[in-house]
Amino acid sequence: MGRFAVRRIAQGLIVIFGVTVVVFVVTRLVGDPVDVLLPLEATEQQRREFEHRLGFDRPIPVQFVDYVEDLTRFDFGESFWQHRPVMEIVLEHLPRTFTLVIPAMLLMVVLAVPLGVLAALRPGGLLDRATVVLSLIGLSIPQFWLALLFILVLAVELRILPPLGGGSPAHMIMPVLSLALPAVGRLAMIVRSSMIDELNQQYVKMALAKGMPYARVVGVHALRNASIPALTLSGWEFIRALAGYSVIVEYVFQWPGVGFLAMQSIERQDLFLLQGIVFVVAVMVVIVNIIVDILYKAVDPRVKLA
Amino acid sequence: MRTQEQVRARRRRELLRGRPYEVLRSLRSALYELWGDKVGFFGLLVVLGLVFVAISAPLLAPHDPTAGRLQDRLTPPFWSAEGSTRFLLGTDEQGRDILSRIIFGTRVTILVGGSVVLLAGTFGTLMGLIAGYRGGRWDSIIMRIVDTQVAFPGLLLALVILAVIQPSVTSVIVVLAINGWMVYARMTRGVVLSVKETPYVDAAEIVGCRPRRVIFRHILPNLASPLLTLAVLEFARIILAEAALSFLGLGIQPPQASWGLMVSQGKNYLFNAWWLVTFPGLAIALTVLGVNLLASWLRVAADPQEREKRFAAATSQRATQGAV
Repeated sequence: MGRFAVRRIAQGLIVIFGVTVVVFVVTRLVGDPVDVLLPLEATEQQRREFEHRLGFDRPIPVQFVDYVEDLTRFDFGESFWQHRPVMEIVLEHLPRTFTLVIPAMLLMVVLAVPLGVLAALRPGGLLDRATVVLSLIGLSIPQFWLALLFILVLAVELRILPPLGGGSPAHMIMPVLSLALPAVGRLAMIVRSSMIDELNQQYVKMALAKGMPYARVVGVHALRNASIPALTLSGWEFIRALAGYSVIVEYVFQWPGVGFLAMQSIERQDLFLLQGIVFVVAVMVVIVNIIVDILYKAVDPRVKLA
Repeated sequence: MRTQEQVRARRRRELLRGRPYEVLRSLRSALYELWGDKVGFFGLLVVLGLVFVAISAPLLAPHDPTAGRLQDRLTPPFWSAEGSTRFLLGTDEQGRDILSRIIFGTRVTILVGGSVVLLAGTFGTLMGLIAGYRGGRWDSIIMRIVDTQVAFPGLLLALVILAVIQPSVTSVIVVLAINGWMVYARMTRGVVLSVKETPYVDAAEIVGCRPRRVIFRHILPNLASPLLTLAVLEFARIILAEAALSFLGLGIQPPQASWGLMVSQGKNYLFNAWWLVTFPGLAIALTVLGVNLLASWLRVAADPQEREKRFAAATSQRATQGAV
C-alpha cells in the first residue's frame, strides 16, 4: 500500500509537471506574453517596462525555475482582469463546477448501469436494440448542440426553465442533463458488453444450476465483475467532464464555474488566470485518478495496488 | 542484357498476375457483406455522400456561402409561412443561405478530419512501431509520454494553445493531431508486441532482414485492419472536436463556413430564429452518426473472432428456424 501510494503520487506529479511545462512553453515560447497582455497601441517603451516588471526579459531557464517555484507555493500571481490573486478566483469558481459535475456523474451511473444490465439480459431484444441505438445517437450528438436544443425546447418554447446563468436549482437542470446524457450512452454500452461477457461465464451457469436466485446471480455476481471496466470508464468520464466538457456546457449556459472562467480569461487574454485554472484542474484530475485506482481494489480484491 | 529496371518491372508483373480478379472479387464480397449489414451500409453512404458534397460544393450550393443581402436576413426555412423556396433552410443574420453554408462546411469537416487522422495516425503508428520493436529505453520513454498525455484531457490544453497562437484551419489541425496521436501509438505497440514473437518474424530476422524491412514488410500489414477501424473512429471524434473548438470561437474563423462556427453564431439568435443552430448541428450529428456506424461495422468485419461469433449466431438462428 505504501509503495502504491508513492508510485501513484509520483505518476500524478509527472502529469502535473507535464501540463505545467506545456503551458509554460506555449505561453512563453510559442506566443509572446507581452503581445497577449498589452493592447496593440502600446509604445515600445511601455512594452519594455511591462516586460521588465513581470520578468519576461530574463533568460527562459531562469523564468522557468521561477515559475515552478511559484507553483510549488500555489502562487500564480494576480489576475489582470480582476486584480485579485489568481488562486482566490479559481478556488471561488471550483465548487460551482463540482455542483454540476458530481450530480451529472451520479445521474450517468444511475441511468446507464440499469439500462446496460437490462439490455444485456436479452441481447438482440427490443430493449437491447433501443439501448444500442440511443447510445449511438448519444455518441454522435455534439454536446454544445444538445445543450442549445435543451434551451430551445425547455426555455424558449415551453418556458419551464430559466435559459442562462446560475444560482437556483432550476438553473442546474439543463447543464447537468447536457453533461450526463452523452456520457450515459457511452457508459451503457460498456456495461452492456461487459455484462454480456460475464453472463456467458461458467460461474454464472454454476450459480444458476445450484439454484441461486436469478436476480442475485445477475445483480451481485455478474455485475460486480462487469463493474471493473465500467469503473474505468466512469473515472475517465468524470475527468473529461471536469476538464473538458464543463468548459463547453458552462459556456453555453453561462454557468459561473471554472470552465466558463477559462473561456472568460481567454477572451480577456488573462494569461495568469488561465495558467492557474489549468494547474488546478490538472491537480483535480490526478486526485480523481488516484481515487479510481483505490476503488478498483474495493471492487476487485484480485487487483494488487502496485 | 537486361537492366535492373526491366527485372523489376517483370517481377511486378508476376506479382500482379491473376491479382486484378482477386482484388475485384474481394472488393465485391466486402460490398456484398456491407449490403447485408444495412446499418453499416448507411454509414458508408453517409461518408461517400460527404466526400461527394465536399468535392462538388460549388456546383451544389445554390448561393454564395460568404455573401448575403441584409434584406434577406433571418428568413425561416421554406415550409414556414414567411419562408421562401429561394432559401430552403432559411438564412442567417447576414442574409447568407444556411444550406449553402452547410454544403461548404463539409469541406472544412473533411479537410480537418482527414488531415488530423493522417498526421496523428502516421506519427502515432511510427512511435508505436519504434516502442514495440525496439523495446527497452525507447519503449519506456515513448510510453511514459503517452501515459502522461492520456491522463489529461486534451480540450483544455487545446484551448490554451489556440488562445495564444492565432486560430486557423492549420492550427486546429496541428493542435488536434498533437492531442490524438497516443491512441495509435498504444494500439500499434500492443499489436507489435504480440506479432514480434511469431515464427515468421523470427525467420525474417534470421534470414538477415534489416529492422526496417521487418517492421514495414512483416509487422505493419498486421496493423492494417485495426488501424483502419481506429482511424474511422477517430475521424468521428475529430469532427466533434473541431466543431466544439469552432463553437468556442477558437477554431475556424469567420467568414469561413464551419458547422461548429455556424451553431456558435446562431446561438445569439436562439430566441427568435431556431433554424440557425438546428440545421448545422443536425449536419454534425448525422455525419458523426454515419462515421460511427461505419466504424462499428468495420470493427466487427475486420476482426476474425467477431466474424466467427456472428457466423455462429446466424447459423444457429437458421437451424432453429428450420426446426420450426
